[in-house]
Amino acid sequence: MKTDRIFGVVVILVALAFIVSAYNLPAGNIFDKLGPKAFPIIVGIGMILSAAMLVIKPDPEPDWPALPTLLALGLATVVLVGYAYALKPLGFLLPTAIAAAILSYQITPKRVPAMLTGLGLSVALFVIFKYALGLSLLALPRGMMG
Amino acid sequence: MDLFSNLALGFGVALSPMTLFLAVVGCFLGTIIGALPGLGPSNGVAILIPITFSLGLDATAALVLLTSVYYGAMYGGRISSILLNIPGDEPAMMTTLDGYPMAKNGRAGDALVISGVASFVGALLATLALALVAPYLARIAYKFGPAEYFALYALAFATLGGMASNNQAKAALASFIGLAIALIGLDNNSGFTRFTGGNLHLSDGVDFLVAIVGLFAVSEVFVFIETHGKSSAVGVTLGKVTVPWKDLWETRWTMLRSSAVGFVAGILPGAGASLGSFMTYMMEKGIAGEKGGFGTGVAKGVAAPEAGNNAAAGGALVPMLTLGVPGSGTTAVLLAVLMTLNITPGPTLFTDRPDVVWGLIASLLIANFVLLAMNVPMVKVFVKILMVPPAILLPGVTMISFVGIYSLSGSYFDLVLMIAFGVMGYAFRKMDIPTVPVILGILLGYQMENNLRHAMTLSGGEWTYLFSSPIASVLWVAAILGFFAPIFLRRFLKKPQLTED
Repeated sequence: MKTDRIFGVVVILVALAFIVSAYNLPAGNIFDKLGPKAFPIIVGIGMILSAAMLVIKPDPEPDWPALPTLLALGLATVVLVGYAYALKPLGFLLPTAIAAAILSYQITPKRVPAMLTGLGLSVALFVIFKYALGLSLLALPRGMMG
Repeated sequence: MDLFSNLALGFGVALSPMTLFLAVVGCFLGTIIGALPGLGPSNGVAILIPITFSLGLDATAALVLLTSVYYGAMYGGRISSILLNIPGDEPAMMTTLDGYPMAKNGRAGDALVISGVASFVGALLATLALALVAPYLARIAYKFGPAEYFALYALAFATLGGMASNNQAKAALASFIGLAIALIGLDNNSGFTRFTGGNLHLSDGVDFLVAIVGLFAVSEVFVFIETHGKSSAVGVTLGKVTVPWKDLWETRWTMLRSSAVGFVAGILPGAGASLGSFMTYMMEKGIAGEKGGFGTGVAKGVAAPEAGNNAAAGGALVPMLTLGVPGSGTTAVLLAVLMTLNITPGPTLFTDRPDVVWGLIASLLIANFVLLAMNVPMVKVFVKILMVPPAILLPGVTMISFVGIYSLSGSYFDLVLMIAFGVMGYAFRKMDIPTVPVILGILLGYQMENNLRHAMTLSGGEWTYLFSSPIASVLWVAAILGFFAPIFLRRFLKKPQLTED
C-alpha cells in the first residue's frame, strides 16, 4: 500500500519535471511537424496516468527485508560503487578479490570460504579475461607495474 | 525453391570452423547458464554481450554465439527443475511439476532424457518453422510505414506489459519509464540535448547494454544477499542414465502438439517462452484428463512444457528478426545486440544481410544437434556444475558484468549507472513492477519517437493518420485487446508469475 503510493507520487513529480523540461524545447516545423517536445510530453502524461493508478489502487505492501538486511544491501551497493572506482587506479586483482570476498560473505557468511572465493575469482577471472579473451586489463596498480 | 538456396547460403556461413566453434561454446555456456538457478537466458545473454563485443567478433559470429547461449539456456533450465525442484530459469517452471516427482521416484535420468529430447524436438521444429515463416512475414513487413510501425511498437508494449505483470498499471508505468530513459540525450533530428540536467555523460544517452546488465544481472546479487541463497534445496541424486525408448515413443504426439502451440505462443509479441510452456502443459493435462496423472511424475508432463518452451524460444525470434520487435525478455536482449552491431532488424535485413539471417538459422539448426548431444549423453557433466554454491557464482557474475561494461566503455559513469539500474531492478522486483517493459522502452524509444514524428510530418500533423491504414487499425485493436484481456482472463486462469524469460 504505502510503497506503491509513495512511488506513484515520486514518479508523478519526476514526470512533471520531465514535461516542464520538454516544454522548453522548440516547437516543430514543416520538416519535423512534432519537433523534439511532443513525444516526451506524451510519455510524461503516460507516466502520470499510470502512476496515478498506483496511488489510487495500490497493491498490498511488498515484504521489504528487515533493517539489518537493508543495511547489508546498502553495504553491497557501496562496495560495488567503490569497486567501480577502484578498478582503474588499483588494477584488477586487488579490488576484485576484496569486492568478491565481501559479496560472497554477504551471501553465505563464512569467513574463510569467502576469502578463498575472492582470491580464486580474482585470479581465475583475470587469467580468463587477459589471456583467453585478450582484454586489456592491468593486474596491479600502474605504479607497481614499473 | 528459395528456402533451400537460402539454407545453403546459411550453411555456407555456419560451417566455417570458427562459427562452429562458437556455436559449441555457446551451447555449452548456455546449458550451464540455464541450469544454474538465478541465471536464465536473459541475464545470461546480457552478461556475455559486453564481452562478446570486446572480443571484436563480427556480426554473424556474435549472433551465433549469443543465440546458441539462448537456445542452450532454454535446454539447461530443465536440469535444476528436475533435480532440485528449482526452475533454472522462468520458462522451466512448469517442468518442476512432473520432473521433480519423477526424480523423487528414482527416474531422474529418464526425466532428463525425455525433457532433453522434447527440447530438441521443440527447438528443431521451431527453427524450421522460423525458416519458413520469417521470409513471408518479412514480405508483409515491407508494407509497413511509420504509422504501422508506431502501432506495432504500441502492440509490443501492450502485450508484453499485459502478460508480464499482475497489475496493468505497473506494466504501463514500467514501459513509460523505459521510454523516458530512452529520450535522455541528444535528439538527432533537432540537435537539441534533452533531459540531461547538464550532465555531459548523459548527452550520448543511456546505453541500453548498461541498463540491461544492471537490471538483469546486478540486481540478482541483491536478491541473493537478501535470501542468502537459501532457495538451494537438497537435490535428488542421479543414477545411471539410460534412454527410455518406450516413454519417448509414447510422448511423440505430445511433443509435436506442444511444439506447434509453443511456436505460435512465441511469435506473439510479449508472450514468450514462459507462456509457451504454461499453455502446452495445461493443454496436455486437459487432453490426458484425470487418468493422465499429471503432477505425479509422468513422462508427458515433462515432455510438454519442454517442447513448448523451446519451440517458443524459436518462435520469439520471428518478430525480432522480421519486424525488429522482440517477443520476450531475451529476444529484447538479442535485439540490443543487433542494434549495437549496427544491424537494423526488420524486413530489409532479409534482403540486405541474408548472410546474417540464414547463417543464424543454419547455426541454430546445428546448435540443436550439439545441444541434444550435450543434454542427453553428457548431462552428468552439467549436474556436477549445478553444485557450485551461490556464494561463488553470484560474485563471479557481478565481476564479469563489471569487466564487460568497463571494457566496452571504460567509463566510471557507466559502471555507476549500471549499479543504479541494479538497485532499481531489485526494488522493482520487490514491488512487482516488471523490468522487461523498461528494457523494451529503452530499446524502442528512439524508433518509436522517430516513426511518430515521421508519420506526423507525412500527414501534416493529422493525428487520425495513425489509424488510417487497415494494418495499423488491426494492430491498435490487437494492442488494446492484448493489454486489457489478461485482466479478465486472470479471473479464470491462474497463471504462474511471469517476470522475465
